[in-house]
Amino acid sequence: MAAVLTAEGLSRSFGHVMALNGADFDVEAGEVVALIGDNGAGKSTLVKALTGNLALDAGVVQFEGRAIVLDSPAEASRFGIEVVHQDLALAPHLNPAQNMFLGREIPAKGVLGWFGFMDNKEMRDRTRTGLADLGGTVRALNAPVGEMSGGQRQQIAIARAMQWASKVIFLDEPTAALGVVQTRNVLDSIKRIRDRGVAVVLISHSMPEVLEIADRVQVLRLGRRVATYAGKDTNVEQLVGAMTGALDFQHTENAA
Amino acid sequence: MTTATTTADVRTELDDDSGTVWQRLARTQAVWILGVLVLIVAFFSIVGGRRFLSANNFSLISQNLAVLAVLGVGMTFVIITSGIDLSIGSVLVFASVISAKLMSAMGGDGAGVVVVGILAAIVAGAAWGWLNGFLIAMAKIPALIVTLGTLSAALGLAYVLSKGVNIAVDATSLTDFGIYTRIAGVPALPLLALVIVVIGGIALHRTRFGRHTYAIGSNQEAARRVGIRVNRHLMWVYLLTGLLAGVGAVMYLAQFGTTTIGGQSLTNLNVIAAVVIGGTSIFGGYGSMFGTVVGLFIPAVLQSGFVIIGVDPFWQGVAVGAVLIAAVYVDQSRRAAAQRGAKSTRKGRHNV
Repeated sequence: MAAVLTAEGLSRSFGHVMALNGADFDVEAGEVVALIGDNGAGKSTLVKALTGNLALDAGVVQFEGRAIVLDSPAEASRFGIEVVHQDLALAPHLNPAQNMFLGREIPAKGVLGWFGFMDNKEMRDRTRTGLADLGGTVRALNAPVGEMSGGQRQQIAIARAMQWASKVIFLDEPTAALGVVQTRNVLDSIKRIRDRGVAVVLISHSMPEVLEIADRVQVLRLGRRVATYAGKDTNVEQLVGAMTGALDFQHTENAA
Repeated sequence: MTTATTTADVRTELDDDSGTVWQRLARTQAVWILGVLVLIVAFFSIVGGRRFLSANNFSLISQNLAVLAVLGVGMTFVIITSGIDLSIGSVLVFASVISAKLMSAMGGDGAGVVVVGILAAIVAGAAWGWLNGFLIAMAKIPALIVTLGTLSAALGLAYVLSKGVNIAVDATSLTDFGIYTRIAGVPALPLLALVIVVIGGIALHRTRFGRHTYAIGSNQEAARRVGIRVNRHLMWVYLLTGLLAGVGAVMYLAQFGTTTIGGQSLTNLNVIAAVVIGGTSIFGGYGSMFGTVVGLFIPAVLQSGFVIIGVDPFWQGVAVGAVLIAAVYVDQSRRAAAQRGAKSTRKGRHNV
């Protein structure tokens, strides 16, 4: 299968720090790629660059074989690329439905829609469906999300990204604030959208989670990709070795 | 939807209301403040009797509020974006000077003169609003500083243009409208203000523009990430606020028949106080147009009531100050309680 999103030689420095130093990355439609690496390896920077949240110093990003420039999150959204940020990026005073459709409100039918009126009922129904798909614990669709627990907020952010991601979805530590059951639900949901043909990029520190769900694992270290493994052929020792550099290997890029 | 069947069972469990309509209303600051207003009105009605509780008195109060209400519409939007606009009083004076000068230069009382006067005031107000918006959204200067600057500049220019002398309006058709016209027994200016407030309220609470206004005040970065054009939106909000100050200028001229260059130095603070008393959060993301209207009535009713029952009306300032601080305190502590109790109340709700 052809890669839906590829990056070659991405570089970005902040002052003297090379956050990305010629990093490569690729993800295919309908697969889950785990992106792992130690703190400061460049995971978050890479995700920001691939979702229109950060400008690059050098490198090429290709979407379905065409070179593209992602200069804003809206631009990424137009390609069907969505991201769940670690900070979730929700508006705390708005309710789940308002957050879910923020910036993409469904206009009311007919003339009212021209004046900027919205179809709140339709948005609420679709939010309810989206959250139910996730098996969520969000009950109050009218309460501001700022009054909800961290786990509930995370579910809303994930449901939102899943709602809109038609091609690629980035999940930055999606299960960090979740309990056992919700984590299970998120992992199941990831499999479900993968089966829908969406490319999933998962950033996680939980090795068991990565090994369970990832079709491929790409390891970042010091701002570049140092290894790619097939999820079913690798193990924790190997991954940790690659992350820390303990395994100094002749590239295993072909392992996948 | 392949998951329709599995979702259906879960959906019954997902209960989308957090309490009844009344419970939800009772949680809003605006409703508590409305209660305070009702108490104040009841108090003065008992003590002041018919002199206070008369159509005449309330017609007078609404006349005094009309201009402030129009300014309050813009200010509500601005504060919900977590901004502030200190310049509206000066912008109103500037717009009224431009308008009055143009009308007296053209002379006479033709419809053309009045239309030009109205348009001039609105354009002058919008121009200052645009400048505020540009400096805040594009140049990223804090709103407090920008509008403090334009407060000074607009008033200064108004003095320059008028040489410090108030300009009377000769166009009697405009002043007649302001003073004598009644529609269904209601004076025209308060009715016009009401129409603008209702339109503003609908725009704030029912449209995408209003939704984005809340989102920007709630979490500007989140709004930007979902593709809302935050800067452009902020420019519009400040521009509309300036434009409404221009409309207020026309209403002021219609009401008093002259500019009052020195008479608007507290207008900005009065409007901000009304918006905040009405429960709109000065930190942004939360508030309502209804609250602003209630927040406007409290100072006006206090003023009128004190005069009628023979208390020195200067006490009004003291009372309003106390209400303002109390309103914000109550609001903050309620919200802090909601944060602390978020989990337990949700559990409680689930049982209900």
